[in-house]
Amino acid sequence: MEEESDTRKINNSFLRDHNYATEADIISTVEFNSSGELLATGDKGGRVVVFQREQESKTQPQRRGEYNVYSTFQSHEPEFDYLKSLEIEEKINKIKWLPQQNAAYFLLSTNDKTVKLWKISERDKRPEGYNLKDDDGRIRDPSTITSLRVPVLQPMDLMVEATARRVFSNAHTYHINSISVNSDLQTFISTDDLRVNLWNLEITDRSFNIVDIKPANMEELTEVITSAEFHPQHCHTFAYSSSKGSIRLCDMRQAALCDRHCKYFEEPEDPSTRSFFSEIISSISDVKFSHNGRYLMTRDYLTVKVWDLQMENKPLETYQVHDYLRGKLCSLYENDCIFDKFECVWNGSDSVIMTGSYNNFFRMFDRNTKRDVTLEASRENSKPRAILKPRKVCVGGKRRKDEISVDSLDFSKKILHTTWHPHENIIAVAATNNLYIFQDKVN
Amino acid sequence: MFPKGTKRKFSDSGEEPAGGGGGGGEQGPAAPSAAAARALTSSYSLQRQSLLDMSLIKLQLCHMLVEPNLCRSVLIANTVRQIQEEMTQDGTWQIMTQALAAAQCPADRLVATEVLCRQTDPAAQAGQSPKPFSVVGLEEGYHSEEVVMEGEVETEVTMSTLSAVPPQLSSASYLAGPFGMGPCWEDEEDDGGCDEDEEEDSEECASEGEDGERDRLSPDSRTGEQVFGTFEIKHPAPPADPALEELFSDVDPSYYDLDTVLTGMQSAPKMGPYDLLENLSSHGPTALSSSSNCRSDLNELDHIMEIIVGS
Repeated sequence: MEEESDTRKINNSFLRDHNYATEADIISTVEFNSSGELLATGDKGGRVVVFQREQESKTQPQRRGEYNVYSTFQSHEPEFDYLKSLEIEEKINKIKWLPQQNAAYFLLSTNDKTVKLWKISERDKRPEGYNLKDDDGRIRDPSTITSLRVPVLQPMDLMVEATARRVFSNAHTYHINSISVNSDLQTFISTDDLRVNLWNLEITDRSFNIVDIKPANMEELTEVITSAEFHPQHCHTFAYSSSKGSIRLCDMRQAALCDRHCKYFEEPEDPSTRSFFSEIISSISDVKFSHNGRYLMTRDYLTVKVWDLQMENKPLETYQVHDYLRGKLCSLYENDCIFDKFECVWNGSDSVIMTGSYNNFFRMFDRNTKRDVTLEASRENSKPRAILKPRKVCVGGKRRKDEISVDSLDFSKKILHTTWHPHENIIAVAATNNLYIFQDKVN
Repeated sequence: MFPKGTKRKFSDSGEEPAGGGGGGGEQGPAAPSAAAARALTSSYSLQRQSLLDMSLIKLQLCHMLVEPNLCRSVLIANTVRQIQEEMTQDGTWQIMTQALAAAQCPADRLVATEVLCRQTDPAAQAGQSPKPFSVVGLEEGYHSEEVVMEGEVETEVTMSTLSAVPPQLSSASYLAGPFGMGPCWEDEEDDGGCDEDEEEDSEECASEGEDGERDRLSPDSRTGEQVFGTFEIKHPAPPADPALEELFSDVDPSYYDLDTVLTGMQSAPKMGPYDLLENLSSHGPTALSSSSNCRSDLNELDHIMEIIVGS
């Protein structure tokens, strides 16, 4: 468990809200790989930290599940766009693992503009005894070479190397908000505010624009793409969400340009709760297919919704994440929190969903029992191997001892990024610059 | 955007704030008495106004960035549009320039003034009841108290001389804002007419290209243009949508408030584009508004603004 004690406090909320400050340690994405053995985080400083699950130990079976740092590398550097006189942040917006096909691991990481394919591989042997260079790698003077020898591989301490294998750049005018690897294992999509591009993992100098919602006149722009993801099994299908609260399902077999969706998911607005903020809070911050490919989950500001792919007119299930904020939307608009982009995840069996909230709280909803729980990721409350206590937010009236009042919630502590182990009940929760890993109680 | 020429039907029944509460929770039940209703509507209008102000600040800030968060900018711009739509529907938008006058008049007279209601009103179709104008007027009255008067009146005068006022318009109509001289109530008819003229004019002007367009714009619509220009910095701004011009045609109070808020300089409202405008222009408030002079000044201003905002 990574525990960084350095929390740079920035008093000016304006700076904090607009990401002007370089708080390089703030975790900006977190993702398990397909086996759950590895867990990657990306931060605002452009670094990727990969954690590996500890191998099972016979003497200490309870230690199974601990994740230790496996590799750390600088994925993106700050860049300067001289044409636009614009600084490109190094912040890692998303990490996606490729399914493992050999001993090495591959992941895609992206900042606002550039996607990179990284290979993470282990090395525990090194060749020794070259003829033309000495042990330090310097070229030897040919006149000193008097005999030929056969280089041999010598064991050495395990070294984990991360090498950038591909750089996919110059295809996005706007900020990349999501990337998704296709189930065909050959292509991926990168999505910015107005476009979705399709890439081949082997080809970096060209991509295909498959969705473009940019109007001819930008002043007519009223909607942006907020997230996109490939279907987990059907390699021709992908979904993208919009700032107007709708989700479009597209079939790449229909046309090269998927401007016309094949399905359009949208819930009619409830007139009783309409306000000036209706559109803002209905903007979808994350869309995720269920593992079985039957459902879509979307997160908007106050709720998380599960949609059946066969039912476009309304969500199958709607879960309130923090409905007590409904009366505070004006101040949340004022301090820009209303634009926070919360993500959401499925558990391995698609029966539980998880998403974040404020005050370092995160929520879990059991789809079968309809039970929900609020948990807190904080250093005070979560000593190693401590059991998380459910938290409760009290809305007005009398506050009980263990409850927290809405007014005392800390809106600077937000859990935007979470991930769930693909097979087990292990979750990773990014809370500002801390990463918390929780797992089911071990007997 | 809105159908023109529809006659407004004014009802003085207890108003329910149309379109939901600004903050979500403050949307109370319809008050039984007219006074209570007015109070309710007043607070609603105030909230709406402050929301509008806040949104405009945010859009301005977005525009200062070379590459703003597009999603956020779009959502804020849509919110502004929505507020504008609602204010247009209930007439607030059109009569904002007469707000001070309204504040000085008894509410009953206002209600009876059919002239005010000549502007378009899709509210009736939308099934929403418009709010009493008096309340809005009062709100504006309060509003003007919050800001520093001296500088603003002066600036306001400068503004009105700089904006190429169509000859048939009396400059009084431009001065009739919250800080203005408070035109007598009888002016309304003229003003109402002028508003419409202005709108039509601007629509015609839109075809003349950017420069002509900008000359026609009041400085505040300029603000609006910049605000919406946020989305696209790479291309020259196309002629502004008349609806958008209209949208920003009366945001002075908010703008000055913004300045106060942003700069923390209560007594120095001359910050930002207005400041430039004044300094650039060699004409003082007394200078007559010669259209060509204005044009060159404004072009110069545009140029400098472009440099400043990095577009």
